[in-house]
Amino acid sequence: MSDASALVLENIVVAFGALKAVDNVSIAVRSGERHAIIGPNGAGKTTLFNAITGVTPPTAGRVVFQGQDITRRSVQGRARMGISRTFQITNLFPSLTVDENMQLAVRGNGDGKFSMFGAAELNAGQAERASAALSISRLDTRGAVIVSELSYGEQRQLEMAMALVAQPKLLLLDEPAAGLSPAERIIVAEIIRSLSHDLTMVLIEHDMELVLNLVERVTCLNNGQMLAEGTPNEIRSNQLVQDVYLGKAR
Amino acid sequence: MSSTVSAIQRSALGFVLVLVIFGTLPLVVSSYQMSIANEILIFALLAMSIDVLAGYAGRTSLGHGALFGISTYVVIYWTSVYGGSAWVGCLLGVVVATLVAAIFAAFAVRVSGVYFLLLTLALGMIVWGVCLRWTSITGGENGIRGVGRPDLIASPTAFYYATLAVVLLMTFLIWRFVRSPFGLTLRGIRDSESRMRSLGYGTSAHMFVAFTVTGFFAGVAGALYALFNNFVSPSTVQLSQSVEGLLMAIIGGIGTLFGSFIGAAAIIMLENFVSAYTARWQMVLGVMFIVTMIFAPQGILGTLRMLLIRKR
Ligand SMILES: Nc1ncnc2c1ncn2[C@@H]1O[C@H](COP(=O)(O)OP(=O)(O)O)[C@@H](O)[C@H]1O
Ligand SMILES: [Mg+2]
Repeated sequence: MSDASALVLENIVVAFGALKAVDNVSIAVRSGERHAIIGPNGAGKTTLFNAITGVTPPTAGRVVFQGQDITRRSVQGRARMGISRTFQITNLFPSLTVDENMQLAVRGNGDGKFSMFGAAELNAGQAERASAALSISRLDTRGAVIVSELSYGEQRQLEMAMALVAQPKLLLLDEPAAGLSPAERIIVAEIIRSLSHDLTMVLIEHDMELVLNLVERVTCLNNGQMLAEGTPNEIRSNQLVQDVYLGKAR
Repeated sequence: MSSTVSAIQRSALGFVLVLVIFGTLPLVVSSYQMSIANEILIFALLAMSIDVLAGYAGRTSLGHGALFGISTYVVIYWTSVYGGSAWVGCLLGVVVATLVAAIFAAFAVRVSGVYFLLLTLALGMIVWGVCLRWTSITGGENGIRGVGRPDLIASPTAFYYATLAVVLLMTFLIWRFVRSPFGLTLRGIRDSESRMRSLGYGTSAHMFVAFTVTGFFAGVAGALYALFNNFVSPSTVQLSQSVEGLLMAIIGGIGTLFGSFIGAAAIIMLENFVSAYTARWQMVLGVMFIVTMIFAPQGILGTLRMLLIRKR
């Protein structure tokens, strides 16, 4: 595995009892690469993210991030190293405002979060980052709104904004466009396309057409196992992928 | 931004109301009624310490009555058995309550929901058991009688105003605390602990600090209670103390802070009134709780606030 790899997964297994939700998956993601993980529902995509982020530590195998073995590190420890994620099932702070959600996201891997008698407001630098992330995610005017009152599409955009504002080195997006209308899906695709190319990104997406224009490499999972890996064109023309994935979807 | 301003205005109104109402009471009420008001202030502080966890971090504690009572025990033991000064005793009481809170916290941060409730209940029960059985120190069921207050605050009026000053100061600190970045992390943990972790927060560390800090405030209330009551027995640390504190916070309005004053006033006044007619105070309290849950689940202040917002 070369030095340029930001994320290396070595023979990852995640077992729930007898079920191997992720079964011997190995992927190397180069620094700055945009990598998609596709596969039918239940293929193990989200579980793989949980192994990378530490929510469900792998049963076997290693997770290496920027040359460091982080297989046993805590969720928050990995986040502070610069791994940031969104959730397939929207996971925000519903009773807080958009701004408060962003305040929490901004302070997560910085300092000031233990400040007990300080002002709740962000300092100038943090505030600038928060408003930049909000405007990338097209939520600039929604800061004062309670999150539970946002539309579903806006909540998905806030998922992205919160992951982005942490200025991650590795961004993991779990079906950011899931459940959105075609018009909203285009917005999400545009947001992803507008992100800096220094950012290493792994994108889970169920819809292959959406994803193939956004990434350089694709891994296809099925039943927890790696079915194929390659460029979008290679994956598009791969017979196994067509049988198991596209065949099913059409 | 306008919502922030009005939140601050609301809190300012809360401070002013507490100051004016409780500040002028001694001028218009009997000395018996003033002692009830004094008790209300002390228990409002206990209720607020519980409200920080319940209303902001989403964790319902049934252990804070014990932390309160530990402080009371330490103050009375220090002054009456050891013969030390009351001021030092109060300091010690608060320190010990805070330390015990840290021990509680070490266990309690691992759980949430009903497990948090049960664990804090069990920890409180242990404290009660120790106070009951460790007769050589605590006097067992007989308790310990105090030696009265220091001269400076010996008179009921002086002590009343001292209590008001301390409680107002603590209220201000708690208010700053829940509005700080740290306070926001507690609300984040309440809404989604998993998201907090994936943002980089060690949520256990935050809960540990929060629990310990609220133990400090319960300890201050307990020290005031020692000076107020001049007597301590296992009933000061028993479960019903925690339950009453929690009910005050709930009846006033969880997550409103100032609701604790209303809840404490409602419960303590009713308790004094009802006790004159029947010994079934606990039953009345239960009914009151049920009525609140059905007709004003947000508590008195929470419901008022909702009505006001709806009118606008
Ligand atoms: N916490 C869990 N406990 C047991 N089984 C799980 C758990 N999480 C996921 N699974 C199972 O693992 C498989 C893969 O799920 P998942 O990773 O969510 O798939 P995908 O994201 O590709 O749709 C599914 O069969 C799912 O039921
Ligand atoms: Mg999934």
